[in-house]
Amino acid sequence: MKPAAFVHHRPTTLEEAVRILAEVAPDDGRVIAGGQSLVPIMAYRMARPPHLVDINHVAGLDRLAVENGRLAIGARVRHMAFRDSAAPGATGALLSTLMRHIAHAPIRTRGTFCGSLAHSDPSSEWCLAAAALDAVLIAHSARGVREIAAADYFQGAMTTDLQPDEILVEARLPLLPDDTRIGFVEFSRRAGDYALASVLTTFRLVGGKIAEPRFAIGGAEAFPRRLAEIETMLTGAAPDADLWREAAERAAAIIDPLEDAATPGDYRRDLVRALTLRAFQQANA
Amino acid sequence: MTMKQDLTLLVNGARYDISVEPRKTLADALRDDCGLTGTHLGCEHGVCGACTIIADGAPIRACLMFAVQAEGMALRTVEGLAKGNEWSPLQKAFVEHHGLQCGYCTPGFLMLATSALEENPDISDEELRDVLSSNLCRCTGYENIVKAVRAAALEMGASS
Ligand SMILES: Cc1cc2nc3c(=O)[nH]c(=O)nc-3n(C[C@H](O)[C@H](O)[C@H](O)COP(=O)(O)OP(=O)(O)OC[C@H]3O[C@@H](n4cnc5c(N)ncnc54)[C@H](O)[C@@H]3O)c2cc1C
Ligand code: FES
Ligand code: FES
Repeated sequence: MKPAAFVHHRPTTLEEAVRILAEVAPDDGRVIAGGQSLVPIMAYRMARPPHLVDINHVAGLDRLAVENGRLAIGARVRHMAFRDSAAPGATGALLSTLMRHIAHAPIRTRGTFCGSLAHSDPSSEWCLAAAALDAVLIAHSARGVREIAAADYFQGAMTTDLQPDEILVEARLPLLPDDTRIGFVEFSRRAGDYALASVLTTFRLVGGKIAEPRFAIGGAEAFPRRLAEIETMLTGAAPDADLWREAAERAAAIIDPLEDAATPGDYRRDLVRALTLRAFQQANA
Repeated sequence: MTMKQDLTLLVNGARYDISVEPRKTLADALRDDCGLTGTHLGCEHGVCGACTIIADGAPIRACLMFAVQAEGMALRTVEGLAKGNEWSPLQKAFVEHHGLQCGYCTPGFLMLATSALEENPDISDEELRDVLSSNLCRCTGYENIVKAVRAAALEMGASS
């Protein structure tokens, strides 16, 4: 199908963009970044925004830089930017691993990191990264600027704390220590498709014991989140097969799985159990 | 609301001065307004890849961009692959290796593979399969498409 009519706005400064968005947001006017989620929804007529504020020409939003020990990812940074570890260290390695699981090359060349966070599909890899690493999100509107912690940002499937008149201008991620171990595994029915479940874990080994563990699940629940109970279980423990098995059982038990006609909740629990085991094995290898 | 906008698209090195509504996708504008019907539309929501073209050197889904957004970009479509009557090595390889049957998906595969080979002529089999998994073909079963791209890569490597 064809999208419904809209007025195309093409601001070149952030000031202009938030001013236009403030005017059109009450009528369901929206931001368009990569368009890789919005245009399909418009083609289905599931959204008919009468105004699109196109941020692809807004100066300054293409920044991908390390600042004050954090990686700043501007709203025009595309998925593809992370392909060759454009970002430094373990955080860069993690992002480039995740990028390979997002759709396909022709979508990665347009879709943006911040657009994924704004869209907030339950199985978005970037949303999982933001939740696992406690990203800080910077939102601008005509009313001002605010910082949102990832833990407060995700609120439900495709529902976030971002307000209709706000532009997500930047996401900031911590730089993980170089010796951070990373495990990421997802399961999807077709290559490049949205995952039914995914697991991301990072930790360090200090004197043979697990330190600073992060453990987050995506796709399995309405939005990605860290599982504090699993992290507590891991902290200070020796990384052995028993621990991984126990953690995988526990993770499968404590989630509140999404269900749909093709995917019963118990199937997602099984996936989380299996993916957790594999993610730990990968990180520990 | 539905006012048409004048704009210029740069496709295969030629200028096309067109007038379209903002809601018109780049794929539709290429076909209806530029008369370049080589770019095909299957799903119109980003999944099948039939509409894949090259914009500023990178592959994109032409159904997921509006024509008004493509102004100033250097666009390449399947019509630009052949040099006069001479097919590109990839086009020849598709014919020789039966990389197409009905041909509906072919322009998308050609543009996708062209961009992949231009970026990395020594692309590994694994990477190539990963790249090609982006697009759908209902006829060939894919093996011949992989073979065709592989053969074109060899030929392009040999001639450079
Ligand atoms: C075939 C296909 C497969 C895909 N597979 C995956 C996958 O496996 N994993 C995955 O994560 N994604 C997948 N995607 C989606 C893709 O990653 C999108 O790029 C992403 O979800 C949205 O980013 P965007 O920049 O394209 O946003 P857009 O489509 O432009 O916008 C999406 C929504 O976010 C809003 N928005 C965008 N940017 C901002 C901003 N800076 N501030 C405020 N609001 C904003 C828009 O108003 C809109 O509501 C797939 C898409 C396709 C077509
Ligand atoms: S028509 Fe564009 S991806 Fe199917
Ligand atoms: S050749 Fe018929 S769809 Fe590919």
